[in-house]
Amino acid sequence: MKPLVEVSTHPPQEIGVTKVKRSQWSLILKSVRKDWQLYSFLLLPIIYLVIFKYIPMIGNIIAFRRFMPGGSIFGEEWVGLHYFKMFVQDATFWHVFNNTLMLSSLTLLFVFPAPIIIALLLNEIRSTKFKKFVQTTSYLPHFLSMVIISGMILQLSASNGAINALIQFFGGEQILFMQDPKWFRPIYIASEVWQTMGWGAILYLAALTNIDESLYEAAKMDGANRWKQTIHITIPGILPTIIVLLILNIGNLLAVGFEKILLIYNPLNYETSDVISTYLFRVGLQSSNFSYATAIGLFEAIIGLVLVYSANYFSKKFTDNGLW
Amino acid sequence: MKESVQYKVFRVINVIILLLVVYITLFPFLNVVAQSFSGQAEINAGKVNLIPKGFNVETYKTILHDTTFWTSYKNTIIYTVVGTVISMVMTTMFAYVLSKKRLMGRKFFTSFAVFTMFFHGGLIPNYILIKQLGWTNSIWAIVIPGAISIFNMLIMKSFFEGMPEELEEAASIDGSSTYGTFLKIILPLSKPILATMFLFYAVGSWNSWFGAFLYLDKSEMYPVTLYLRNLLAGATTGQSAGATSADDLTQIAANIKAVTMVLTVLPILCVYPFVQKYFVSGIMLGSVKQ
Repeated sequence: MKPLVEVSTHPPQEIGVTKVKRSQWSLILKSVRKDWQLYSFLLLPIIYLVIFKYIPMIGNIIAFRRFMPGGSIFGEEWVGLHYFKMFVQDATFWHVFNNTLMLSSLTLLFVFPAPIIIALLLNEIRSTKFKKFVQTTSYLPHFLSMVIISGMILQLSASNGAINALIQFFGGEQILFMQDPKWFRPIYIASEVWQTMGWGAILYLAALTNIDESLYEAAKMDGANRWKQTIHITIPGILPTIIVLLILNIGNLLAVGFEKILLIYNPLNYETSDVISTYLFRVGLQSSNFSYATAIGLFEAIIGLVLVYSANYFSKKFTDNGLW
Repeated sequence: MKESVQYKVFRVINVIILLLVVYITLFPFLNVVAQSFSGQAEINAGKVNLIPKGFNVETYKTILHDTTFWTSYKNTIIYTVVGTVISMVMTTMFAYVLSKKRLMGRKFFTSFAVFTMFFHGGLIPNYILIKQLGWTNSIWAIVIPGAISIFNMLIMKSFFEGMPEELEEAASIDGSSTYGTFLKIILPLSKPILATMFLFYAVGSWNSWFGAFLYLDKSEMYPVTLYLRNLLAGATTGQSAGATSADDLTQIAANIKAVTMVLTVLPILCVYPFVQKYFVSGIMLGSVKQ
């Protein structure tokens, strides 16, 4: 901080700054000349990033400009916050916003801890064969297309599907799961757990193997039983991993499983299933209201960015762990 | 060391819980396979669980003779091959450069890439971009926009960083150019990570459907996932429209859906036992960095 102040109060210093800059430029030039082959590898990836990542980022500007189909990708005229005002006053927007928050809090509550529990349970298994067997099967859903997963969800929850067969076997009434809004959240959460628990456990298992064995020996000496060892050694040992993944999850809070919801929801359960991204999809691509949909998307992305940065900030402040 | 009674009880319960996890994981698969071999009437009566009832392979025959299905299957293979090759080349080049600690601007280029993981253009700007590029109904709309996964690139980068510097120094003293060193020394030594990345990208392309859904209008260009998606979507609306009248069409649909799902997932299931350990080591490599 200090040098900056000095630069502004003592003009002569500025010459020094430009000198530094100039020599830096020549350094870069020198480096490029020496390693031009290496730098040439960067060409395609950087062009790719600019066109397919950064131009769409700038393309978000149509949230503030009126976009005409067939016109410029950056819109035709400034309309300021017009589209943002529109969605703030849009009752459907607030409805889908609530649905999104509901689904993402349920996800944090149920889906996030599932792999941790699985990893802890697997950690207590001594037979490596059984452990491998459980792991290998539980990864499987991770390798499937969302289309297959949604197909399975629809088949299992169908009126003549396996779940209803089970309910009827125990003398219950048939339930029309996909036509009843109150069932959407349980179905979504249960399928998320099913999909992600095995694969998610990998990172925690890796973290578990890194815990120093002598800590357990010492705890045993002190008379700690297995449960106490878990609370005082195992869980603190995987805490950094938990926190890193938690930060990433918090950043994606508003981006709940768009593809899956798009594939399994229907107008009958919009009441609970419609989320920001699916609403955006309908407004933008089915009703061609591009600027409005972009405003909603930008809002979602900015919240995500703020969430990642603040989660990271607080995590670093209180636990010394962070993404960067 | 003696175990307490509680711990012994816990170990038994633990095994039961994990077996239950295995059962729950596998059930949907086995259910779909059972349905694919079952009679339509039995599926509709809700009798099919884990074992096929009213065994029939007619639907398999019908679908395997359906040219639309084969066209979409062929499309998926083409998109997967082209997409994976492009992704591999781009990701490997990028990761290699960023792993070179001596390179000026390395930090900048890395954050330039990583930032895109946290903030992105969103659905509509991406859609407009592809339209403007005129890539509607072309393979490029499917294989290019997701060519580099930054996550994969970071995994690769940390692998390259773990390689001994001396190797390349020795090569350059012997007069090898950067290109030569990269092709003749680095790549052959990187087979494990290349295999992992190859699998990540290939499975990703095989499974993807949304890009095709957005940018392809011609059904003869659909990948098999989109073919399946349309089958599923069509059947659902049919069901909700005529809730109780179980006409032949929806009956057949349930069976056809199951068969198509099995056929779509089959290649993945076939390679799964052999490749899953690569995936695991890949994801672990990625975690080392964090």
